[in-house]
Amino acid sequence: MIYIKLFISFLKIGVFSFGGGYAMLPLIQEEVITKNGWINLKEFVDILAISQMTPGPIAINSATFLGYKIGGVLGAVVSTLAVITPSLVIILLIAHFLRKFKESKYVDWFFKGLRPIIIGLIASAAILVAKNTIIDIKSLIITLAIFYLVTYKKLHPILCIVIAGGLGVIMY
Amino acid sequence: MSIIKLFLTFFKIGAFTFGGGYAMIPLIQVEVVDKNKWIDNEEFLDIIAIAQSSPGAIAVNSAIFIGYKIGGIIGALACMLGVILPSFIIILIISMFLFKYRNNEVVSKIFLGVRPAVVALIISAVYKLTKTSRIKKKLLIISLITLILVVFVNISPVVMVLVGGFGAIVYFGYKS
Repeated sequence: MIYIKLFISFLKIGVFSFGGGYAMLPLIQEEVITKNGWINLKEFVDILAISQMTPGPIAINSATFLGYKIGGVLGAVVSTLAVITPSLVIILLIAHFLRKFKESKYVDWFFKGLRPIIIGLIASAAILVAKNTIIDIKSLIITLAIFYLVTYKKLHPILCIVIAGGLGVIMY
Repeated sequence: MSIIKLFLTFFKIGAFTFGGGYAMIPLIQVEVVDKNKWIDNEEFLDIIAIAQSSPGAIAVNSAIFIGYKIGGIIGALACMLGVILPSFIIILIISMFLFKYRNNEVVSKIFLGVRPAVVALIISAVYKLTKTSRIKKKLLIISLITLILVVFVNISPVVMVLVGGFGAIVYFGYKS
């Protein structure tokens, strides 16, 4: 039964991908191309391109896309639900556990230590994204303009994204 | 605060996050911390830490966690569905009708503009976090070290999270 196979494959992908996004890709490749032969490598690259261009997490996008390709609309529903089920179960368990141990000083210390690290991680994400996107003087100008608008003019990020899309069309 | 408002907020976040993962952080920050004040900056950082260290997409994980914090299990489900539905609908439409436009010129120009903006949004989120959270300024040296280790030494973020958390337990335990 294709739907059960799809569900199990994407459940596995959901469980074993730490760090989100790109960390998921090798696993998807292994399950969908190498093991099951549901699509070929060229289709996989196309699906990646589309996933990057559309809003939302890349992992969810590619799960929906692959599910549709393999099993139609029902396939898309099955693979999308499968890839998020592990997140739901694990995050709810952690959240529940943390609520129970809210008063624990160890939990408190743990998070105190984490916060500066997380700020560093978010900053490093900006650099990693910048490496592939700030490719010329125009993209640098867009980055600086949007930073000014969102930080000092308090423009909503959604509005900034729309403006940036317009700038892209005008400038390139 | 109603479940519908939670759902709609995360629907909006899902619809405008391009590039996945960390690109969602500035949007969540504006909607959930600044505008609706459902959680504060410190809780926000804690949630990102957990979302980052658990399996699955960071955006989905943080949506589930924030939803649970605000509205229990129903809240978690509302946020999760809200954040994934825009992707689901858009991808379905593309795969049904628009797959042939993937090399369209205007579309690629739009993305040439959007991608550098995402960088700016993330940097702005970091700037706001360092300004407004109650973290001591001298601890930001740890942020800088993290940045260097992750970007230039390729240390996994999960390793950094574990080192930071357990390191703090050892440090505070030793001090007290």
